[in-house]
Amino acid sequence: MNKQEYTISVFTENQVGLLTKIAMVFSRRGINIESLNVSPTEIEGISRFTIVVEVSQETVRKVSRQIQKLVEVIKVYYNTNDEIVWQELALFKIETNVVSEKFYVERILRQYGATIVSVRNDYTVFTIVGHHEEIDRFLEILEPHGLIEFIRSGRVAVIKSNEGFHKKLSALEKMAYQ
Amino acid sequence: MESTFSALQKERSSHTGRKLKGAEVILEILKAEKVHTVFGYPGGAVIPIYDALYDYKDDLQHILVRHEQGAIHAAQGFSRSSKNIGVAIATSGPGATNLVTGLADAMIDSTPVVCITGQVYASLLGSDAFQEVDVINVTAPVTKWNCQVTDAEDIPKVLAKAFYIARSGRPGPVLVDITKNAQLQEIDFQGYEICNSIRSYHPKPRIKTEYIEQAALLINTAKRPFLLFGQGVIIGQAEEELKELIEKTGIPAASTALGLGAISTEHPLYVGMLGMHGHYAPNKLTNDCDVIIAVGMRFDDRVTGKLDQYAKQAKVVHLDIDLAEIDKNVKADVPVLGNCKETLPLLTQILDENSHDEWLNQFKELRNEENEEVVKKELNPTTEELTMGEVLKYLNQLTDGEYIICTDVGQHQMISCRYAEFKTSKRNVTSGGLGTMGFGLPAAVGAKMANPDKHVICIAGDGGFQMNIQELGTIAQFGIGVKMIILNNSFLGMVRQWQELFHDKRYSFVDITSPDFSAVAEAYGIKGKQVKERAFLKSSLEEMLNTDGAYLLEIKVGKENNVFPMVPQGCSVSEIRLK
Repeated sequence: MNKQEYTISVFTENQVGLLTKIAMVFSRRGINIESLNVSPTEIEGISRFTIVVEVSQETVRKVSRQIQKLVEVIKVYYNTNDEIVWQELALFKIETNVVSEKFYVERILRQYGATIVSVRNDYTVFTIVGHHEEIDRFLEILEPHGLIEFIRSGRVAVIKSNEGFHKKLSALEKMAYQ
Repeated sequence: MESTFSALQKERSSHTGRKLKGAEVILEILKAEKVHTVFGYPGGAVIPIYDALYDYKDDLQHILVRHEQGAIHAAQGFSRSSKNIGVAIATSGPGATNLVTGLADAMIDSTPVVCITGQVYASLLGSDAFQEVDVINVTAPVTKWNCQVTDAEDIPKVLAKAFYIARSGRPGPVLVDITKNAQLQEIDFQGYEICNSIRSYHPKPRIKTEYIEQAALLINTAKRPFLLFGQGVIIGQAEEELKELIEKTGIPAASTALGLGAISTEHPLYVGMLGMHGHYAPNKLTNDCDVIIAVGMRFDDRVTGKLDQYAKQAKVVHLDIDLAEIDKNVKADVPVLGNCKETLPLLTQILDENSHDEWLNQFKELRNEENEEVVKKELNPTTEELTMGEVLKYLNQLTDGEYIICTDVGQHQMISCRYAEFKTSKRNVTSGGLGTMGFGLPAAVGAKMANPDKHVICIAGDGGFQMNIQELGTIAQFGIGVKMIILNNSFLGMVRQWQELFHDKRYSFVDITSPDFSAVAEAYGIKGKQVKERAFLKSSLEEMLNTDGAYLLEIKVGKENNVFPMVPQGCSVSEIRLK
């Protein structure tokens, strides 16, 4: 079966050690996690894991069911890229004199909507937000011009069709107390 | 002094709202969860629990095992042979890591067990303190749930969750790791509330009637339907419901190794055991049926053989409580999620009354073929050597099938599963998914503690028995009336069989010397005997069963006897061999 990129969204209780348990579901099956982000949600005490993997549909379904089995996991969704809105964030550290003296660097930064985060005499930190490929492209262009350091975040994503987790949670709570 | 203190302690613990140490709270909770027997081994990090146990002797029976692996297997045997839950206690570090094999075994065989481990003081966590191990991460893949407690205030709610999670839905082992400071810390114990729900955990999936209807449609129109059942039926206590379904529809039914006994092995619609060393007919005809109804079983690779050749012609209806089992190995055409105690009657209700005599006769014909080729030779051998099968034949006769057998792993296990008669469930305690050698003896200890009035017989090989032979000490100390049969072929028999069949008889490190087992038993003060000749076999078994208390019977059996039928690994189930 064809592999493709899937974004798995896992809503969990905020519990120590859960990251390891979720990661184990992937490592046990030899699946590489392309990107991982954990964050609080709009509901207090509930965390959201956003995990990107490149696998077949059958595998993502099986893995999602295994994650759903973990006691602290409230709900798991998996989606293809056309079903989500997603972003990554990247920070770039560039020599300040390059930015101030080389006009084409300034143009590149402007073109990609880079924002200054911090300025010092020796370097300036910019940030851009976008899809993985956009950040890749920006990195490629900027690299020859005095790039000192680069870091990018994992993917964060919201599901297009999802009404948010509030409604789902109250339905699940009813089920738990039945 | 002791009795006065004990009385005071009882008075104290029966009142809530009093100060209790964390360790005492643990024991109060065990009482509240109706636990009367625990298996364990003391050590530095659980001394507070053992100190408290000293005062709870009248309420909680503690069985001191000889190795923590023995504790958890005993707890498993306790759970698997009764409706109660097995509990094991171990200290930190090596005590906790010695539980890992049993946890993995319980996990794969869905056995409810609660393990309580001690842990170093919370202030020392992560410092490589004496006997410190990150037991939560070590046991995460082999527990249904685990949790560390560093504050005594959390003990009631965590243990309540532990018991609930272990018992509910698809059961499994849980582990609660409690730091020593939490065991010593005094709290205002406000009583104990049993846990009945957890927001993130839904052990009972919602039953969808449309799938029941689809399943009924498939089954009603099937010409050659075949029902496979597993331990899910026993866990769900759905034995009667399953019987009603097959009797109404006339569908032949076969069991997995762990499902044995859910339907009496004498039932006319029972056609045998599935799997690598199961019966000929159910394996062979799996690739002939048109509809498979799988109930509470997980299509283990020992059952399916080569997966891409498994029942490709059949539509599959899969009844299971665990969504992750649906489509995991075999694609289900109709998934029926839910506890089969509830789903089976819903299905039976809308199924047509039917009979499938011609189809059932096909099973009988193949059964006759197997009887001629294999069973007769095994049960009534003409050779001088004793066979494992004839031991089971006499056991069936002498006990009228009223026994609990706890087997170890290997040839004797498959022979026991094939030839033992089970009239009811929870009589076959065996290590299925993990295949843990050393399981049988401690599991029998647990089963006997749970069923003091029943014959509990450990059947082991000479290899597996030596893996936890030290539990003879437990049996001796606590006077546990377990009957032990060692089927000694002086080999690690199942590996030898594979080496014979698939590796040109290159018997690499499978011949194993053993002690004089009955002499070892006698050294522990346990009666024992060795038998080599057929003339004395039945009378020796009789003597064993009629002797009060524990008894070890070593039976010398044929060295190179094989277990047949057999589905060679990597082959389709229909390629099962009779010889």
